[in-house]
Amino acid sequence: MATPLTQKHPSRFYTDESPVGLNRWHRHLPRWLGRFFPTGGGLQTDHEGQGLFGFGIFLGSETMLFGTLILTYVILRIANAEDWFPAGVLGPQRTPAVILHSIVLISSSFVIFAAERALGRGNVKWFRILLVITALMGAFFLVGEVQEWNTLDFGFHTGLIGATFYLVTGTHGLHVIVGITLMMIMLWRSFRPGNYDKGHFGVTAVSIFWHFVDVIWILLFTLFYIW
Amino acid sequence: MTSITPLEPLGPSRELLPTEPGFFTHWQQLLTFNRDHKIVGLQYMLSSFVFFLIGGLLAMLIRAELLTPELNVVTRQFYNTLFTMHGSIMIFLWTIPFLVGMTNFLLPLMIGARDVTFPTLNALSFWVFFTGAILMLVSFFTPSGAADSGWWSYPPLSVQSGFGNLFSGESIWLLSVLLGGIASIMGAVNFVSTIVWMRAPGMTLFRMPIFVWAALTAQTMQLIFLPVLTADLILLYFDLNFGTPFFNVADGGDPVLYQHFFWFYSHPVVYVWILPVFGVFSEIIPAFTRNPLFGYRTVALATASFAVITGFVWVHHMFAGDTPGWMRLLFMATTGLVAIPSGIKIFAWTATIWKSKLHLDTAMLFAVGGVVMFLLAGITGVMLSAVPVDLHVNNTHFVVGHFHYVVNNTIVMGLYAAIYFWFPKVTGRLMAEGWGKVHFAFMFIGSTLTFFPMHILGLQGMVRRISSYQPDLQEWNVVSSLGAFLLGVSVLPFIVNAIVSWKHGVVAGNNPWQATGLEWTLPSPVPKETFEATPTVLQPPYNYGDPNVVLFDPSDPY
Repeated sequence: MATPLTQKHPSRFYTDESPVGLNRWHRHLPRWLGRFFPTGGGLQTDHEGQGLFGFGIFLGSETMLFGTLILTYVILRIANAEDWFPAGVLGPQRTPAVILHSIVLISSSFVIFAAERALGRGNVKWFRILLVITALMGAFFLVGEVQEWNTLDFGFHTGLIGATFYLVTGTHGLHVIVGITLMMIMLWRSFRPGNYDKGHFGVTAVSIFWHFVDVIWILLFTLFYIW
Repeated sequence: MTSITPLEPLGPSRELLPTEPGFFTHWQQLLTFNRDHKIVGLQYMLSSFVFFLIGGLLAMLIRAELLTPELNVVTRQFYNTLFTMHGSIMIFLWTIPFLVGMTNFLLPLMIGARDVTFPTLNALSFWVFFTGAILMLVSFFTPSGAADSGWWSYPPLSVQSGFGNLFSGESIWLLSVLLGGIASIMGAVNFVSTIVWMRAPGMTLFRMPIFVWAALTAQTMQLIFLPVLTADLILLYFDLNFGTPFFNVADGGDPVLYQHFFWFYSHPVVYVWILPVFGVFSEIIPAFTRNPLFGYRTVALATASFAVITGFVWVHHMFAGDTPGWMRLLFMATTGLVAIPSGIKIFAWTATIWKSKLHLDTAMLFAVGGVVMFLLAGITGVMLSAVPVDLHVNNTHFVVGHFHYVVNNTIVMGLYAAIYFWFPKVTGRLMAEGWGKVHFAFMFIGSTLTFFPMHILGLQGMVRRISSYQPDLQEWNVVSSLGAFLLGVSVLPFIVNAIVSWKHGVVAGNNPWQATGLEWTLPSPVPKETFEATPTVLQPPYNYGDPNVVLFDPSDPY
């Protein structure tokens, strides 16, 4: 029920405070927003927090890039629903090989998660082993994808299906390559003394990036192989 | 200089030691990969000013061609190149990078941070931008000439002009804009992180200067909308060089899709330019009226609201195309909404000036001039948001007049205002008032003469992007061209003033304008290590005038 106006709140943060109370909203909204943006010089040395924030908003930007490419595919496919596949072209097929390398890529997310956990416990040896396994799984995916491209019955110049398929999956493949490269850098860094004195933001960022790449692949698999 | 009663300083004022140099000691610093945000800002500002002069020369060539109805100065193809490269240079090589440079320089000073969050990324961002900029200028010397399909570069026209040639002007143009986009995203990541993480204790969201609010909004918009343009240009690059059919109607592609993606970014980018300029107005007008900014919180929220509104207005650039009726109606309504936050700002600036004692120094003249010009730009903007008017004047000089009132008469004026205002922070010296006022007079008269006749010409039916026109339209074209040459000449007193004042101007001291804001507690020029100790902010922003009249309770922890 309504709180008496005279009640003194013990805390600065009013949990039941509405951001857009009609009464004095111009004071309520700033207070409410201010909770998410604390100030203070102490934060200036929080390398991990700053790094993850910057990396997070960059991934937001990346999402818009992939979103635009995928939207292009969806819009063009809907507009050309009847003759999307030229005569004699079956399009991307859900062969066992494709399903296998997709499963390997997606399960590698769990491996890198385990690697990050190992590093969190201070177990650098297992971190390195699991990181290498993740990278190998990514490489397996890439090899499988290139082999699949070689057996497909359409090429880059086969109309819209070829252009959209190879551009979108190619952009994703490029991100897989970048992810593997970043893992190798993290592996190299783990041998430098004193590398984890300021936390392991780099590893966390690579891990998030890898999850991002995997989620994109789930989306692409749905749109290209199941639709 | 004006006689103003000094105000209590915001924090402990830092004095420059006699032996301590400013941050900028050797011109060679400009050529290095420097992680200092002030040097990066200076690199951005100086290089983009050079590009501004090049873009201005192209504009004067365009106006020289339009002096007479016949085609007599350049060829038709080169005329297309002229307006394409004029637009591209002014947008991608001048307005955006100059504002990024200003933000780089001022933002950490205004929020009490030692530097941006990712200094290396910041330096990398400049050199990526600079590579792209040089690429764009070099494209003039390719065998087929620079890009000539407009700065919007619509297919199929843009795909025809250099098909399959990796070194065509169009292809290099695309690469250059892509590089600029990557640099902008790096910068945006940096600025948003800096504002969220690096604010000094006590610098709460609603104690940030409006310039910081504007930077936060504009850079968030870059993060959200710029990747869409990047993806769009990648698709166009593949169409142009590798023959993919994304925008090719014959093979099932859709050129209108390009336009949607293009304007989905390129409308918001207008606010990326103008919001920091609004921020500049909001800094300068209170300082020279000695009044607190009227309705500070509302102005801040109006600034942020642009980021939301701008996501839903892009189709108004495509009213005249094959746009369905419901879409026209919807986007007409959303475009009208833009007038609300803009109106709030104009109202706030007017109310700030109301019943105050005006100090018409050069920076203030430029700021007030910019506000007045923006009012005119806004009126024609609301006119153009109405579909019937838009269809009537579509593709005429009315539209050219409208957007030059925004980009030149408001934004460039605001940038000059900022230069005159913050010049001491870079150089330690003030710019000369007399030359500044000459500059302002030339600029104001030149801008009006150049761009006001374009509205009349547009209503009379003068089509844009065409190098020859009906003879009965010549009178206003001559006025416009002469105005453009005056506008070109107006840069000269500015350059002379800037160079001479840099070496021999009046020594400014920490706070020549008696302005509030953390950057004025620092010495001029700013030393390399700005804040020795992290400052604590205890005041609301724009705490001018009677110290008893404050906007809100200073003891409020928020």
